[in-house]
Amino acid sequence: MAVHKHTYKDYTGPRTPAWSRFLVLARFGFARVFHLKFLLLFIIGCLFYPLVCAAYIYLSHNPAFLALFRIPASQIPHVDGRFFYFYSIVQGALAYLLTAFVGPVLVNPDFANGAMPLYFSRPFSRAEYVGGRISVLLVLLSLITWIPGVVLFAIQASIVGWDWMTANLWLAGAIVLGLLVWIIVLSLIGLALSAWVKWKIGAGALVLGVIFAGAGFGTAINSLMRTNYGALIDLTQVAHTIWSYLFRYNTGTEMSVSSAWIVLGVTSLLCLWLLARRIKPFEVIK
Amino acid sequence: MQPVIELDDLTVHFGEREILKCLRIALSGRIIGLLGPNGAGKSTLIHTLLGFCPASSGTARILGHDIRAEADKVRTLVGYMPENDSLIADMTAVSFVRMMGELSGLAKEAALERAHEVLFYVGLGEARYRPLGTYSLGMRQLAKLAQAIVHGPRLLILDEPTNGLDPAARTRMIKLIHDMKDSGEMHILLCSHLLRDVEETCEDVLILKQGSIVHHSNLESERRTNKRFVEIQTHGDDSGFAETLVAIGCQCSAVVGGRLKAVVPEEFDLREIYRVAAGRDLQLRRLNYRRDTLEDIFMKAMEV
Repeated sequence: MAVHKHTYKDYTGPRTPAWSRFLVLARFGFARVFHLKFLLLFIIGCLFYPLVCAAYIYLSHNPAFLALFRIPASQIPHVDGRFFYFYSIVQGALAYLLTAFVGPVLVNPDFANGAMPLYFSRPFSRAEYVGGRISVLLVLLSLITWIPGVVLFAIQASIVGWDWMTANLWLAGAIVLGLLVWIIVLSLIGLALSAWVKWKIGAGALVLGVIFAGAGFGTAINSLMRTNYGALIDLTQVAHTIWSYLFRYNTGTEMSVSSAWIVLGVTSLLCLWLLARRIKPFEVIK
Repeated sequence: MQPVIELDDLTVHFGEREILKCLRIALSGRIIGLLGPNGAGKSTLIHTLLGFCPASSGTARILGHDIRAEADKVRTLVGYMPENDSLIADMTAVSFVRMMGELSGLAKEAALERAHEVLFYVGLGEARYRPLGTYSLGMRQLAKLAQAIVHGPRLLILDEPTNGLDPAARTRMIKLIHDMKDSGEMHILLCSHLLRDVEETCEDVLILKQGSIVHHSNLESERRTNKRFVEIQTHGDDSGFAETLVAIGCQCSAVVGGRLKAVVPEEFDLREIYRVAAGRDLQLRRLNYRRDTLEDIFMKAMEV
């Protein structure tokens, strides 16, 4: 039917496979994010530290550069678990900020405008909705966390050689696992909290507040109760514990690694529960 | 003819409260009106058909597909225009309708083409690149209609489509509903508080009250039946007038003070009544069909 023919006509063309529909939501989600110049600039800005790290790796293996500045090669810190532990802290923190900015942008308009009945009156499930939205966050967070991390590992391996790579392959696994787990938890927190607060700025503030408040309350509990259990509600402590374990860099954290994994698991389940409670085609007002 | 909607002892509970009570009916009209007072269960019925509310017992079928076992198939066949505002304000109409088309299974290019087509069709062609947040209420209703028909549904569910529309916009919406009915395979379920809208558009009407079906009829046959009832008011000596009408095949009742009601046979020529009156030198002050409006039907149903 051409646009100049103002009569209604059925659609009888082919349909896309059901499994691919969540990608539609992801595509429109990316469009929504990249429509905001601030977010685009922030994402680009998040790649500054990996670039600095890449330059460091290159220059630390460049004898001409070291000779020029008279830096003894023995004094250059090695690219090892400690290096990637600090890389994870910096990029993990940026990923957290990006989640607070992007999560509400993805989810809030749907809830604030009451669009859920329109999504779910179509052959489109709640799981596909969450999949479509979370995939945007996961891709963006991956771009600034484990993907540049693996690239840094590859640069180091290409410069130092095969032996270093085979001896430190566990580092690549630690980068992927440590940061992937972190961004999955962040994405779930970002979506779950954004779904419950209709005001976009409020939702972003809540996502930021959860971690700051957790850290604050955790410290307060530890001080008042004279225990270490307060660290369990401090997600930054939890992440540092896991990264310190994965990168084999002892930071002297008092939390056990198993407790940290359990906290991340419980947090993820709690977020999924919040999403399941919130993502519905309509609300029953009691 | 396959029923469009079949309710098979459909019961829905919200907690302890029974909202729909064992509904059983088969609806086959091209446009079906769904009526009922607030809290009758109209929205719950629509939500159940769309799979939003689970049925406590019984089931329903849309165009032969079970709403429980074939929920995805049912949603492919259905287009839904909700009553509440549900458009994403910062998206343009064409982008929003395209996204909804793609979520219904249209390929990217087909969805974009259909989005343009349906926006032109509903009359938003010139405004299709404007953000939906800048639309007036009437335009938003049309945009909601556009997203509901973008994937070419076989059953279109319209929940209060003329809510808040000015007379011109309402007329346009009614015209679009008629046009969609006439131009394709589409069936329409129209839920409205405005009896006039239902009367103007619907063939079948289903009235709910407190979760139960209190009336179901075909408006066209009701109208045909109504045409056989005439109300006559006379002036002068009408003794024997009723008997004469009976003699020519009418059934008369309620002869009170110059007023009577008659049921005329099919193919009856109303001029016969004038001839009888003229032969008896009787003035006919009024002669009209009894007009049993949808409002009468609705009010009677509410008294049940």
